[in-house]
Amino acid sequence: MAENGPDAAEVLRRVRGLLDAYDPGSTERLEFLRARFDAGLAWVHFPPGLGGLGAPRALQSVVDAELAAAGAPDNDPRRIGIGLGMAAPTILRYGTDAQRERFLRPLWLGEEVWCQLFSEPGAGSDLAGLGTRAVREGEDWVVTGQKVWTSNAHNARWAILIARTDPDVPKHRGITYFVCDMTDPGVEVRPLRQITGEAEFNEVFLTGVRIPDTLRLGEVGDGWRVAQTTLMNERVAIGGSPLPREGGMIASVAATWRERPELRTPELHDRLLRLWVDAEVTRLTAQRVRQQLAVGAPGPEGSGMKLAFARLNQAVSGLELELLGEEGLRYGDWTNARPDTVDFYGRDAGYRYLRAKGNSIEGGTSEVLRNIIAERVLGLPSEPRTDKDVAWKDLPR
Amino acid sequence: MNTDGLDLLYSDVEDDLRAAVRDLLADRCPASAVLARCDSDTPYDLELWRTLQVQLGLAGLLVPEEFGGQGGSAREVGVVLEELAAAVAPVPFLGSAVLATSALLDCDTADGQVAGLLGRLASGESTAALAVPLSAAPGGAFPQGVEADAHGALSGRVTSVADATVADVLLVPAVGPEGPGLYEVAADAPGVRISAATPLDLTRPIADVELAGVRATRLAGGRIAEAAVDRALLAGAGLLASEQVGVAQWCLDETVDYLGQRRQFGRVVGSFQALKHRLADIWLEVVSARAAARAAADALAHGAPDTAVLVRVAQAYCAPAAVHAAEECVQLHGGIGMTWEHPAHLRLKRAKSSEIALGTPGRHRAALAALVDLPPAAQATGRPAVTA
Ligand SMILES: Cc1cc2nc3c(=O)[nH]c(=O)nc-3n(C[C@H](O)[C@H](O)[C@H](O)COP(=O)(O)OP(=O)(O)OC[C@H]3O[C@@H](n4cnc5c(N)ncnc54)[C@H](O)[C@@H]3O)c2cc1C
Repeated sequence: MAENGPDAAEVLRRVRGLLDAYDPGSTERLEFLRARFDAGLAWVHFPPGLGGLGAPRALQSVVDAELAAAGAPDNDPRRIGIGLGMAAPTILRYGTDAQRERFLRPLWLGEEVWCQLFSEPGAGSDLAGLGTRAVREGEDWVVTGQKVWTSNAHNARWAILIARTDPDVPKHRGITYFVCDMTDPGVEVRPLRQITGEAEFNEVFLTGVRIPDTLRLGEVGDGWRVAQTTLMNERVAIGGSPLPREGGMIASVAATWRERPELRTPELHDRLLRLWVDAEVTRLTAQRVRQQLAVGAPGPEGSGMKLAFARLNQAVSGLELELLGEEGLRYGDWTNARPDTVDFYGRDAGYRYLRAKGNSIEGGTSEVLRNIIAERVLGLPSEPRTDKDVAWKDLPR
Repeated sequence: MNTDGLDLLYSDVEDDLRAAVRDLLADRCPASAVLARCDSDTPYDLELWRTLQVQLGLAGLLVPEEFGGQGGSAREVGVVLEELAAAVAPVPFLGSAVLATSALLDCDTADGQVAGLLGRLASGESTAALAVPLSAAPGGAFPQGVEADAHGALSGRVTSVADATVADVLLVPAVGPEGPGLYEVAADAPGVRISAATPLDLTRPIADVELAGVRATRLAGGRIAEAAVDRALLAGAGLLASEQVGVAQWCLDETVDYLGQRRQFGRVVGSFQALKHRLADIWLEVVSARAAARAAADALAHGAPDTAVLVRVAQAYCAPAAVHAAEECVQLHGGIGMTWEHPAHLRLKRAKSSEIALGTPGRHRAALAALVDLPPAAQATGRPAVTA
């Protein structure tokens, strides 16, 4: 956050200090991670005392590279993506000191997994229309409603939750943001099987769930604004990490092309090269976005990256199945498993093809992202709307 | 193959250069004037070219300071090309300051003849053209259209040379008894005939060059000549991507502006989602094209080891992106987009002809296949060969 925190040299000095005090070869994993957090090297742009140093965000990649080179364990970020990418920045921005103290450390360490209770059966793209109710009772809020598509709810200890606290005002204004304890007896998680065969996401029924007011994030009625922080970070997180050339999904199709000359045809060659170019250009574009962030001049380009990666992943994984020909007729495993990560690369091409379909739906659909680009970046007028100034309870549904 | 060292942003100096070029063009190169010139028999604005040289030193931007130039790099040239292309300014910058200058810089610059010519280009005293078809791609065979005889006199024909009609110097690749060479020819030397063709791109004229026993000075021979021509084409292709970004951005901006004002069915046309989504897609292509073009320019500027890959990627991506943006610009303007009077067609013509210039996207992809080890399918062999 702060631009005048420690510089690269100072950060590197701390990395070396950490490695000297805790030899990654002989230190137990969690002990090393705790020491790393306490040294401010978890997320350097966070404030001191909360795993950071108040350093420029761009220095994090330096820290990660340095620690990886030394063989240090990481916090398995893929397992805790929602916590790292969405809950943490929101807690940092809107949380009380007590909330930051309580939640950020176990979140980063991976001791507590988080999920996101936003979408509902009746509120997806139009998230602000949500109907889960939270009613004040003394020092608590009592929450009742249904959430859906909740990734990782089956592993989660905590959730970020938005619920309606005032049905009498227009929909964007009557929402409040909470931290929800997933072990509350009123929380019921039921698996939802996906097109991949497994149940990565869930439906979550909330029946009289009691949330103390101390677990509210932000003001009562201000939840929509707080949620924007979460959603923006979600979209940045998808497409945010640096890739090497030919990294990502293009890697496996390129490898297959090289190893299996018998599969090659001229038409597939042309499509492969087009997608290779798209992959490289998308990678460079993401790199440019990161460079803009690093010099403190974020451009609107960031909002396009999720759109670009969704399209690319879908096209590349589709080509891969075609290239495989007869083998593409077979699927790895339809077992209804309960995964705790999305593993694009350790799985077969059929899984990649199917799972990539979610990339243009999760975290805001590609259609909705195009609306956002057209309206907020290009400044085009919005579609005529009838729902903006009507009290939520009077909306047609 | 690490590209993390690339700088994909614009420096403050580059931003200032852009602003200076843009201001000057806003003042001296209005759309109406560009259009009027297209119907005249003076398609180039040589006064503008001189002003760009006198005020900003653009003719010698790539020429090192020791020869009187600006000592700029491909990064600055890219910024200038974005602006010149957005305005479709009819000046021979690409032909002289990029293609011809790049070829010269890859000759032996300690040679007096080469150094002298670089000095004249830098001062604006001379304008040069590299005598290859604008469609020539890097990585091809050395041009065979012109022969040098034992006395160094050139004969032959080169078609579709960009910016040749306003060049006073031609850099001619020719094959002689000693193999390939790069020659300097005065455009007004006896035996030179330069005839303007009718170009698809009205703001980048092309011409056919005929040489009949023309006296020439050899600037480089053998491998050096071959490499100089090839590297000029590679640099040109990589920098053309910046032109394509400039054209695409202009088309996007113009269309967004128009659709934000035009009303039909009782509402602003730009509020229809079908159109908003098409513009969002164009925006994403422009954003991506810019990253690709900056990567190519930065790699050319620093002689990065993977320059060829980044140039091929940039052309393969940016050329169709510019065509797409220009085609959408015409379509989304409706009837007015189809008129001669509206400036959209000048960008469509620029975009489409630069898709062909310096290698088509398909050729760049084919070259890339070799560079990144993605070999084509084996030729269908029909019947197995019989071995005796
Ligand atoms: C794999 C996966 C994981 C997910 N994980 C989570 C999670 O952990 N937590 C969570 O809260 N949610 C999660 N989601 C839910 C996700 O955010 C929603 O599915 C998404 O926002 C779309 O909402 P919807 O499903 O209700 O579709 P709808 O909003 O009903 O959309 C239906 C179709 O209409 C289109 N559409 C809707 N509005 C417009 C418009 N204004 N203009 C043009 N087109 C429009 C959409 O693009 C879509 O094609 C997940 C989804 C997936 C697929």
